[in-house]
Amino acid sequence: MSPLSTLTPPTVKKPSPARSRIRGGARYAPTLATLGLFIAMFAVGAGMYPSFLSGQVFLNLFIDNTFLIVLAVGMTFVILTGGIDLSVGAVVALSMMVSATLLQHGWNPAAVIILVLLIGGGLGLLMGLIIQYFDIQPFIVTLAGMFLARGLCYVISLDSIPVTDEFFTNMAQAQIPLPGDLFVSPGVLLALAIVAIAFFVLHHTRFGRTVYAIGGNEHSAMLMGLAVTRTKILVYALSGLCSAIAGILFSFYSLSGYSLAAQGMELDAIAAVVIGGTLLTGGTGYVLGSVVGVLVLGIVQTFIAYDGTLSSWWTKIVIGGLLLVFILLQRLFARRA
Amino acid sequence: MKSLMKNRIAWPVIALTLLLLLNQIFRPDFLSLRMQDGHLYGSIIDIMRNGAPTILIALGMTLVIATRGIDLSVGAVVAIAGAASCAYIVASPEPASPVTAATAVLIAVIAGLLLGVWNGFLVSTIGVQPIIATLVLMTAGRGIAQLITGGQIISVSNDSYKSIGAGYLLTLPISILITAAVFVLAAVLTRRTALGTLIEAVGINPVASRLAGIRARNIIWIVYVFSAACAAIAGLMISSNVTAADANNAGLYIEMDAILAVVIGGTSLAGGRYTLVGTVVGAFIIQTLTTTVYTLGIPPEVTLVFKALVVITVCLLQAPKARNLLRNLKAGPKPGSKKPDSKELGSKEKVAV
Repeated sequence: MSPLSTLTPPTVKKPSPARSRIRGGARYAPTLATLGLFIAMFAVGAGMYPSFLSGQVFLNLFIDNTFLIVLAVGMTFVILTGGIDLSVGAVVALSMMVSATLLQHGWNPAAVIILVLLIGGGLGLLMGLIIQYFDIQPFIVTLAGMFLARGLCYVISLDSIPVTDEFFTNMAQAQIPLPGDLFVSPGVLLALAIVAIAFFVLHHTRFGRTVYAIGGNEHSAMLMGLAVTRTKILVYALSGLCSAIAGILFSFYSLSGYSLAAQGMELDAIAAVVIGGTLLTGGTGYVLGSVVGVLVLGIVQTFIAYDGTLSSWWTKIVIGGLLLVFILLQRLFARRA
Repeated sequence: MKSLMKNRIAWPVIALTLLLLLNQIFRPDFLSLRMQDGHLYGSIIDIMRNGAPTILIALGMTLVIATRGIDLSVGAVVAIAGAASCAYIVASPEPASPVTAATAVLIAVIAGLLLGVWNGFLVSTIGVQPIIATLVLMTAGRGIAQLITGGQIISVSNDSYKSIGAGYLLTLPISILITAAVFVLAAVLTRRTALGTLIEAVGINPVASRLAGIRARNIIWIVYVFSAACAAIAGLMISSNVTAADANNAGLYIEMDAILAVVIGGTSLAGGRYTLVGTVVGAFIIQTLTTTVYTLGIPPEVTLVFKALVVITVCLLQAPKARNLLRNLKAGPKPGSKKPDSKELGSKEKVAV
C-alpha cells in the first residue's frame, strides 16, 4: 500500500515523516471508524439481548450476506477507478434466473455455473468496452445494462422457478463445522476466498496499482504509461463476474430464481462500499473496508430482527442515515488532507 | 455550431416520428383523436397522460443535470409526496371535501420542497457529490414513505384529489395541463431571465462561474428544490390516478426513466448544455416505446430489453466518438483526419481535470 502514497497525492511535495504518518493514519480513518462502529453496535446488541453475544450471530452476518460481500468486492474495484456499476443487482437476478431455468431443464450444475459466470463477465466486459471506447458515462451505460439484465429476466420467466438440483440443495444445506459448536456455509468460504484474492490483486499486482492510479488521476496515470484503457474495461468485467458469482451464491441461499429478486441490491453494495471508507471520487479505499461495510449493514438487519417491534422499513432509514454520516466523515477527511 | 445544436434536437424528434409512424402502420387509428362526453380520447392523449409524471420529473432533472448534477432521489420523493397526502386525507375529519384535498396537495408540495432543500444543502453547502448526496434520500426516502403509510397501501376516496391524475378540464386531462404549465414556467424562467445562462455557466465550470460573480451555491440549491418540487407534483399525480399511496412501488425506477428522457433529449450529462424541449421529446419517446410494445403485440416482458437497446443506441449515436467515427467513415480517410483525435484528447483532459 505504501508505494501508492507517491501516486495519489500529486500536490504534496516532500512531507515530513511526522506529517506523512498523520496522513497515513487519515487514510485508514474512515475504515477504522466503520470498524469501530461495527464493534460498538455489536456491543450494544450484546448489552440489550443476551443471546446476541455469540459466535454464531457473528458468523450469521457472513452466512446471510455472502452475495453482498462478493458484490461489494466487485463494486470496490469499480468505485476505486472513479466509476460506478448500477447493473449488479440485475445481473444477480439474471444469474439466478439462468441457473434456475437451465437446472430445471436438467443441465449439469458445473456447466450452468460456468455459463452464468461467462454471461456475467461478458456483460460487464461489454459495458466496460462501451464506457471506454465511446466515452459514455459509466452511470448511464450500467443503467442500460441494468435494464437489459432485468429485462432478460422477465423474458426468461415472470414466475419464480424453484431450484431442486442436488448440488445446489446440498450447497444450501451444507454446514462446515467450526470449533465451539459453530458453523459456516460453504458460500462464506468462497466469499472470503474472493475477498482474499481481491485484496492480493489490489495491493500486490500491477493491475491493482493501476486501479488506484486511475482513481487518483486518470490523466496522469495515462501519461505515466499505465494500461488505463485495459484496466478500466477489466474493472467492469470483474464487477460483472462478481455479480454472477453473487447470483450463484444467492441461488444457494434462496434455492430459486425470481426475476424481481435482488432489487435495489446495487444500492446496498454501493452503501457498503461507501460505509467501508472508499471515496466515491476514486483512488482511496480498501476492499476489507467494504467487507466491514457489509457487516454493518448486516448487523442493522440483525438488530431489527432481534427487536421485533421495529418494522422492516427502519432498515432503509438507518442505512440512509449511516450513508449520510459516512459521507460527511469523508468530506471532513478530504478537507483536512 | 448552429447545425450541431440543431442536430441535437433533430435526432430525438426523428426517433419519435419514426416510432409514431411505426405505430400508425400497425394500428391505422393510432393518430386519430375523437371527442366523447366532452373529453378528448386517443392514443396520443394516452401517451401524454401516462407520460406526464415522467415529463415533470425529467424537466426538474434537466436543470439538475445542466449544473453537472444528478438527482436519484426523485422516485423516493414521489413515494413520500403520495404517502403524505393520502395519509393526511385519510386521517382528516372530512376525507371527501375539496379543502382536504387542497391541504393534502399543499402538504405534499411543501414536503417536496423541504426534501429538495435537503438535497441542495448536501450538494451545495457540504459539497457532497450529487449522485451520492441524493443516494442518501433515495435509500432512506422509501423507508420514510413506508413509515408514513405504516407499510400499508392507503386508499382514499376524494373526488377533488382524484381529478389531479384522472380528471379533465377543457377536454384535456388535468395532468397534461399541469405538466404543460410547469414546462412553460420552467422555459420562461430559464430562457427569458438570466437563470438559464447562470445554470449553464455553473454546469460548464463551477469555479469560473463563482469567480465571475455567480452565486453558484444558490443556483445549485434552486435546481434541486425545483427537481424535488416537480417530483412531489408527479407523486400527487401518480397517487391520485390510482387513488392510493403505495410506498413501495410508487415511482419505482422513475428516476431512471427521467434520466433517460433527459439523455435521449440531447442534454449533456457533463453539464452546461441543456434543452427542455429535447427532454419533453425524450420523455415522449420513452412513453411511446412502452405503447409501441403493446401495439406491435410484443410480449410486455420484453419492454425493458427493448428500452435498454434503444438507450444504448441513442447514447452511442450521441457519443462524440461514435459521431466522429461515422463522419470519418463517410468522408473516408483525409489528411485532416487527425483533427477529431486532438479534439477528443482535449475533451478528455477536461474530464480528467
